[in-house]
Amino acid sequence: MVDPVVVDLSRLQFAATAMYHFIFVPLTLGLSLLMAIMESVYVMTGRKVWRQATLFWGVLFGINFAMGVATGIVMEFQFGMNWSYYSHYVGDVFGAPLAIEGLMAFFLEATFIGLFFFGWDRLKPVQHLVVTWLTALGANFSALWILIANGWMQNPVGARFNPDTMRMEITDFMAVIFNPVAQAKFVHTVSAGYVTGAVFVMAVSALFLLQGRHQELAKRSMVVAASFGLASALSVVVLGDESGYVATEHQKMKIAAMEAMYETEPAPAGLTLFAVPGADNRAAFEVKFPWILGLITTRSLDRDLPGITELTEHAAQRIANGVTAYGALQAIKADPEDAQARATFRATQADLGYGLLLKKYREDVQNATGAEIAQAALDTVPDVWPLFWSFRIMVAIGFFYIAFFALWFWKASRHRLDSSPLLLKAALWTMPLPWVGVEVGWIVAEYGRQPWVVEGVLPTFYAASGLNYWDLVISLSFFVALYSALLAVMAWLMVRVIATGPSEKLSIGLFDPAEPSPLPQPAQ
Amino acid sequence: MSAVPLDYETLRLIWWALLGILLIGFAIMGGMDLGVGALLPAVARTDEERRVLLNLVGPTWEGNQVWLVLGGGAIFAAWPPLYAASFSGFYIAMIAILLALILRPVGFKFRGKVANPRWRQVWDWALFVGGFVPALVFGVAVGNLFLGAPFRLDETLRVSYEGNFFGLLTPFALLAGLVSLAMLATQGASVIFARTEGPMAERARVLGGWAALTTLVLFALGGLMALLVLDGYSITSAINTAGPSNPLAKTVVLEPGAWRANYGTIPGMVLVPILAMAGSLLAWWALGARRKLLAITGSSLAILGIIATAGLTLFPFFMPSSIDPQSSLTVWDASSSQLTLFIMLLATLVFLPIILVYTAWVYRVMAGPVTTTSLNRNPNAY
Repeated sequence: MVDPVVVDLSRLQFAATAMYHFIFVPLTLGLSLLMAIMESVYVMTGRKVWRQATLFWGVLFGINFAMGVATGIVMEFQFGMNWSYYSHYVGDVFGAPLAIEGLMAFFLEATFIGLFFFGWDRLKPVQHLVVTWLTALGANFSALWILIANGWMQNPVGARFNPDTMRMEITDFMAVIFNPVAQAKFVHTVSAGYVTGAVFVMAVSALFLLQGRHQELAKRSMVVAASFGLASALSVVVLGDESGYVATEHQKMKIAAMEAMYETEPAPAGLTLFAVPGADNRAAFEVKFPWILGLITTRSLDRDLPGITELTEHAAQRIANGVTAYGALQAIKADPEDAQARATFRATQADLGYGLLLKKYREDVQNATGAEIAQAALDTVPDVWPLFWSFRIMVAIGFFYIAFFALWFWKASRHRLDSSPLLLKAALWTMPLPWVGVEVGWIVAEYGRQPWVVEGVLPTFYAASGLNYWDLVISLSFFVALYSALLAVMAWLMVRVIATGPSEKLSIGLFDPAEPSPLPQPAQ
Repeated sequence: MSAVPLDYETLRLIWWALLGILLIGFAIMGGMDLGVGALLPAVARTDEERRVLLNLVGPTWEGNQVWLVLGGGAIFAAWPPLYAASFSGFYIAMIAILLALILRPVGFKFRGKVANPRWRQVWDWALFVGGFVPALVFGVAVGNLFLGAPFRLDETLRVSYEGNFFGLLTPFALLAGLVSLAMLATQGASVIFARTEGPMAERARVLGGWAALTTLVLFALGGLMALLVLDGYSITSAINTAGPSNPLAKTVVLEPGAWRANYGTIPGMVLVPILAMAGSLLAWWALGARRKLLAITGSSLAILGIIATAGLTLFPFFMPSSIDPQSSLTVWDASSSQLTLFIMLLATLVFLPIILVYTAWVYRVMAGPVTTTSLNRNPNAY
């Protein structure tokens, strides 16, 4: 079995690299669309300020995009490097959306991004607009396919274990694509990205208004960002609710853990606003809204929402069933023609993954004792309190942004964007919140799936590569050091670009080539 | 399964060829950018020259790199056992490649944003490492495929590895690394020569000529070593080309001269390494004769020939195991299921032509010289 320290370090490395990557992704998703909207207005109205706005946000977008590319390439290679058994076990299913992401999204995005930056004076305005939209489309397609892949890890539909190749194989590709979990996640996640982009534009524009610089550009940007942000914030919350509803169907344990709900609540269950952890990890004190949780998650008044204790008992039954499946699999391996073993395996294979949970305690899973099964059943409970709080922070930020954008939308429609310095300051200083929201959202989705890497199919500890401890120490420290350094440089560069502001002279094609360049030139 | 209109054997062969095409696509397209990076300090001396070089490949390098990303995705989707065994087995080498590749996008983007010469020097180094290291290490990894990697599969097909990074650095593998470096340097130099002017183009022309000759000599040397000196691998059991992907179902031995076997079966195959050498020779001659387009053509043909030679010589092996030959991964037992291969083929047939069309369009739009005026006016110029 893989050394538990190596498993933990592999998880830490994946979490670190994914969370770093996800600092840049949401801004790419949101800003690319905002720029496309602004450039559309430029092409329709012909007013230069919109072109200047597109160019200015484009410079910031470019700095962010470079970091997204730099941290993104690591993601695709890490599955094979650190999660080789995962790659073998589910590559037949999981690899396909990833490869299609390359074909359909990465090529589109990466090919047209160059033209977005360098094509201004080589393309007609309409042509350049098409290029900008294709770049934005590429970024969004990319989110679609990676979330189809991720959705399958949460709700592994359309696949079956093949005893001859010892892995999951696709049976129904359409089921993988139209996985309800994936679809809800896709809209929820890209909407969160749009909110992030809108908040970024609001905050930087607010700074300009506070400083009395570039007011026309700032106000126009804010109008676009406020309306786009309001629609997106509503979409985040509605689709977040949809995600919660689908999770109730497929990931009951995650919902129970998010709510720190140990005992099954009679329908309709109440939603806990906050709670104080006490003995046994249970809530010692809590404030609850009656009915709400049951309504959100089951969309009914009469369906019970199972608690952690009940779900653990349920898991123990599935583990016992998984032991039978594992035994049958051993028999098939000993004699591939054993028809009876194959029949037993077919009947129990849905629980094979639960059987694999026992690998933590013994190699010969088929001989597991009742005590080991009970222990493994307890392992199916994720860490309750990090989830409980992550979820609440995420939801609070989601609702905050509905109010935030509604207010700014109202102010924009009354042409009073710069009337309150206090509100402008608030818009500036709350800028980091969407990033907090998306990162804790990632924790809810992925940490909440533990102990599974693929829900009910493959335990995380069983999926890691058998690397040596020092391999991980070396790679993890390099990643953290390099990423942190680059992140600091990126932030510093963005501040510089914002401090310089949009220069009229930087609008390509609008100036006299005989003038000296306004760009930084090296000292002679 | 019966719903899939192509048989398993054919699908496996198609995906073996497609993987080759993707890797060749990356080496030709991305090779221009890696080569330019590796040659940056040698060819471009002043800041102005370096900016011209970076902006030469700047608008298209991201698209080119997707060939690599897609190659990785295709290995994952079509050859999961290979993806699992090679990426984890060559862990430290992969980390070196990744760290180098991380430096590229930020190097391009950040360098021109600040005028300080020190700052620019740092990113010049980053871009050099970002070109040099992957060009070398990819070759070392391919060289190790000929030698076999020290891994084994257990009965659950979990891969375990008994080597370390320094074990990869054998003479043959280092030779393969140098072939890769020289071939991509030729590609980079040819592009610089074709699209710039003045002393920089001249430096690239001279260096490119040497790189082309080096490619030729080292490739010939490596070929002789692989065919005459190295022991190769061959399958000794009956092969079920449409069987389930389970490598443990076959037996394999290590035997002298096994890498010659395919040339015995299909003597015409010898034309492929000849193409590789002819390509290098053409690049060398064209650079000497100042023929821009022919230099790039020759260099690209060399890349095509060299990668195809490696693939054809190893066939049906991808990654033999040196400590447990039975665990070796081959075309016949390391693929995805028939259905996945078919779905992926459909996706490729739909999207690859579209990709080629718009990539060609972008190259057409961006064709022409890189002028200092355009550099000094575009806030996004590198």
